Amino acid sequence: MELVCPAGNLPALQAALDAGADCVYTGFRDQTNARAFPGLNFTDPELAEGVRRAHALGRKVFIALNTYAESGKLKEWQAAVDRAAGIGADAIIAADMGVLDYACHRHPDLPRHLSVQGSATTAQALTYMHDRFGIARAVLPRVLSVQQVERACAVSPVPLEVFAFGSLCIMVEGRCQLSSYVTGASPNRHGVCSPARFVRWDEEADGGRSVHLNGVLIDRFDATEPAGYPTVCKGRFDVGGEIFHALEEPTSLNTMELLPRLKAAGVTALKIEGRQRGAAYVGQVTQVWRAAIDALERDPSHWSVQSRWQATLAGHAEGHQTTLGPYHRAWH
Amino acid sequence: MKLSLGPNPYFWPREQTLAFYNAACDWPVDIVYLGESICSKRRELRTKDWIALANTLAAAGKEVVLSSLSLVEAESELGALQRMVDDGRFLIEANDLSAVQACRRAGRPFVAGPTLNVYNHRTLALLLEDGMQRWVPGVEQGRELIRELLNAATEAGVALPELELIVWGRLALAYSARCFTARALDVAKDDCGFRCIEFPDGLPLKTRDGQPFLRINGIQILGEDVCDLGPELLEIAALGADVLRVIPQAEQTGEVLARFRTAIETSDALPRLGHGNGYWLGGPGFDVVPTG
Repeated sequence: MELVCPAGNLPALQAALDAGADCVYTGFRDQTNARAFPGLNFTDPELAEGVRRAHALGRKVFIALNTYAESGKLKEWQAAVDRAAGIGADAIIAADMGVLDYACHRHPDLPRHLSVQGSATTAQALTYMHDRFGIARAVLPRVLSVQQVERACAVSPVPLEVFAFGSLCIMVEGRCQLSSYVTGASPNRHGVCSPARFVRWDEEADGGRSVHLNGVLIDRFDATEPAGYPTVCKGRFDVGGEIFHALEEPTSLNTMELLPRLKAAGVTALKIEGRQRGAAYVGQVTQVWRAAIDALERDPSHWSVQSRWQATLAGHAEGHQTTLGPYHRAWH
Repeated sequence: MKLSLGPNPYFWPREQTLAFYNAACDWPVDIVYLGESICSKRRELRTKDWIALANTLAAAGKEVVLSSLSLVEAESELGALQRMVDDGRFLIEANDLSAVQACRRAGRPFVAGPTLNVYNHRTLALLLEDGMQRWVPGVEQGRELIRELLNAATEAGVALPELELIVWGRLALAYSARCFTARALDVAKDDCGFRCIEFPDGLPLKTRDGQPFLRINGIQILGEDVCDLGPELLEIAALGADVLRVIPQAEQTGEVLARFRTAIETSDALPRLGHGNGYWLGGPGFDVVPTG
């Protein structure tokens, strides 16, 4: 199984390589990828340097071009495909059919991975993307149970990559307009979710804090409560007179205990979320997953989850909490 | 311009659903989208019941379209989709790529539903090759984005599909594997008791300062505001819309349709009864009222 790790800049990319990532996925410093945050991502020379470093170690670099291109911007997205090919990327990760179609005709030898943003959850959908655009791999949306992932691996026309660890989008990726509805900034079109420029923190008289997103109250925190980043899906709201995390708690996905099962299912690659995170996160999380995968490949019959792995991962999780998320039926 | 009744996102008791669509036979609507597009566990009506309703509506002179699930996960759901496509008598609204693929393979035309992510003219052209006849843009695509896409398609020599725009109803904002109604009621999704049936217009979600914000509808999240593009009908006509879509609600859907029918017949805009749709002008979707 390949370990695919995130990098939002060169130090993170180096940390991923040092810690044993097989592949590093990255993005250009513009709206062509789904982590278009200020100060994040790569200039073309930086990315070329990253590819050089990875290739020198026999590792790979994928470039995410996984937002949707509006008609007026399609040329810009297509140019990004050309740039990725020119830089020597080992694959692009894309969701938009206009982008995939261009890549498949213009750069047939550059492998195309279907992004999680492509919302393909069934063999039929994957077959469509394979027939139409010759995708070499697909990243499954974080909505399937482990049984459904096993079934998908058995019937998919292409190898599958799944999310192993990181912040948990609880909505079908590519199908969530919550940020767009509140702020106008769209994950699909602009590569951002609840951007910081719309966030307003206020101190309250009782020492607590409240947080608004473009004027909409997402949550209030007591003086002693840890305060998470205000995405709509992880806020607290009033439903039927009760205030709770109506959609999801601030928590991260951690599939470590499923690792043998994912391997047995034939999952091709495990993806670590977090291009917006720093080199320390990338290095430590990569190291844990490298150790776990290597241990499993060395001696599957004696493999077990190590508590030090879980402690490190929990330390990097949102709210220090982790969940099996949709892989576990009870989450649904 | 034609008028359509979109697929009902909510879960109603069998008798209510049957009564609704029987009434629709007499409503001034040209096209009726039928079927369960949110949760395959909702079985007050089975596929054969939907097809029977489709026959009734077709006999009443309506064009019937069968809407597919927005999120397909299980093979049983793919099977149901395949039966709908195989039936062959009705157009399919494809709400995910599984449905596009099923229609494409069977050589059947389809309507591209609003969750298909058609953001550019190239994607539109590819889906036309696959058999798309009509396109319903996504909820976040407003006037300028649609105009730009259609102009680019025309310049590229693409024969445009029919354009259908949502002019009335709550906007569907997100889908998950998780059932948020079950979560709110503290029951397991696998043993949910189908309790979304208790909320015929969704379960209201308010912010902690009491502002109505969203509606929970099983695995789907909708905006609270009932959007009304009645005042923008002249712009919508100028954009080249062929079909105006009204999203069903528990009460007064017939009256809403009658209003839009009058507007079509008189080529006139309507005063706003619902909320503005911020997306239409390129902003956030909700009708922005800054709260300080």
